Amino acid sequence: MRYEAPNTTKEAAALLAKEKGQAFVLAGGTDLIVRMRLGMTEPDLVVDIKNIASMQGVTRTATGTRIGAATSGAVLGENKALIKAWPGVVEAVNLIGSDQIQSRCTMVGNLCNASPAADSVPAMIAAGAKAQIVSPKGRRTVAVEKIVTGPGQTSLKKGELIESITLPKPLPRSGDAYLRFIPRTEMDIAVVSAAVSLTLERGVVKKARVVLGAVAPTAVIVPAAAKAIIGTKLDDAALEKLAKACSDMCNPIDDKRGTIEYRTKVAGVLGKRAAKIAFQRAGGS
Amino acid sequence: MAGVHISTTINGDMVEFACPQDETLLNSLRDRVGLTGVKEGCGTGDCGACSVTLDGRLVCSCLVLSAEVNGRNITTVEGMSEEGKLHPLQEKFIEHAALQCGICTPGFLVAAKVLLEDNPKPSEEEIRYALAGNLCRCTGYDKIVRAVQAAGKEMRKKRR
Repeated sequence: MRYEAPNTTKEAAALLAKEKGQAFVLAGGTDLIVRMRLGMTEPDLVVDIKNIASMQGVTRTATGTRIGAATSGAVLGENKALIKAWPGVVEAVNLIGSDQIQSRCTMVGNLCNASPAADSVPAMIAAGAKAQIVSPKGRRTVAVEKIVTGPGQTSLKKGELIESITLPKPLPRSGDAYLRFIPRTEMDIAVVSAAVSLTLERGVVKKARVVLGAVAPTAVIVPAAAKAIIGTKLDDAALEKLAKACSDMCNPIDDKRGTIEYRTKVAGVLGKRAAKIAFQRAGGS
Repeated sequence: MAGVHISTTINGDMVEFACPQDETLLNSLRDRVGLTGVKEGCGTGDCGACSVTLDGRLVCSCLVLSAEVNGRNITTVEGMSEEGKLHPLQEKFIEHAALQCGICTPGFLVAAKVLLEDNPKPSEEEIRYALAGNLCRCTGYDKIVRAVQAAGKEMRKKRR
């Protein structure tokens, strides 16, 4: 294995594009190094992106917030402005692993590892996050929901890597939330998860996005769940409709951590609860 | 495989070593630098026995490549005592019998030190969350939590 730590995104993309063998991006290493140690992956080239200045840190832009791809979960959790703007996104990222893992793990790594149960992904999608992709040929920006195509699979082509994630500036009276169900209190992988982002107008839900995790091969947007609460003050009838829409969208696996029936039911429950928290954060009552 | 030459600061000392490019920091610390206080438990970032700090942040050294630490600053359990005097956490772990077989202890000590530096008076819940990445299979967590609380108290007294 060859280890490279370039100083620019362009160099990183060139290294990845040129490599004939298996090439991987190394950010926090909390998935990649585990796979290497278990013998599941034998990289020929590892490109560490942490020495690239444009991949580090959180910056405010004219249209929102830009998060460098190598920024750790711990750094995001210390950013008060980001927590204020997108509390659901930050709480989702901070649910990944222990403090030890938080020191290293990244949102983009969580995205590109492409686990159906990735915590930060539903929250990013609900928030309308976009990924800036760089390759030797240029740049493109795509919505986060276009990145993961299946378990362990992404739409990134050879030589492409994500440089940053951008989150829009939240509209006034907006709130977001992320919840996951695990059988213990900490340190586990989501059995079901739900992210909701919404905006109020005169106390009524004007815009909403509901996204589920761990109940299908990728995170899924549930347009019918959003529709169920738009135009309401999140009354019980609207919440029941949202829950049903969430359950209807589920296509989960059946395993020892949760049966199909269980995951399908809990998706509705978590959808409702996340919507209530987002509503409260948006100032609704 | 070509190796890498690493020059880094460990517990305040400049250290140099050479290793393969895919070697983990855990293996380099134990086998090349001789810091065997860093333990290997799971090797996959779940148990925290290999906890060290990297530029002040708590990490599992099994999930760090040595190639990444050139020019960085690392501390291990060996760096906790000063001039032969144990750190209050070490003293309280002994006093409260917060260890049995001892494999997890270095990781707990390093993690607890990071916690107390950041939060000098953590609640029991905060301690349990902060140490959730460290697993103990024999003493149990209660004594460990009590020892961390006692060490926090001791450290706050000294600071006054």
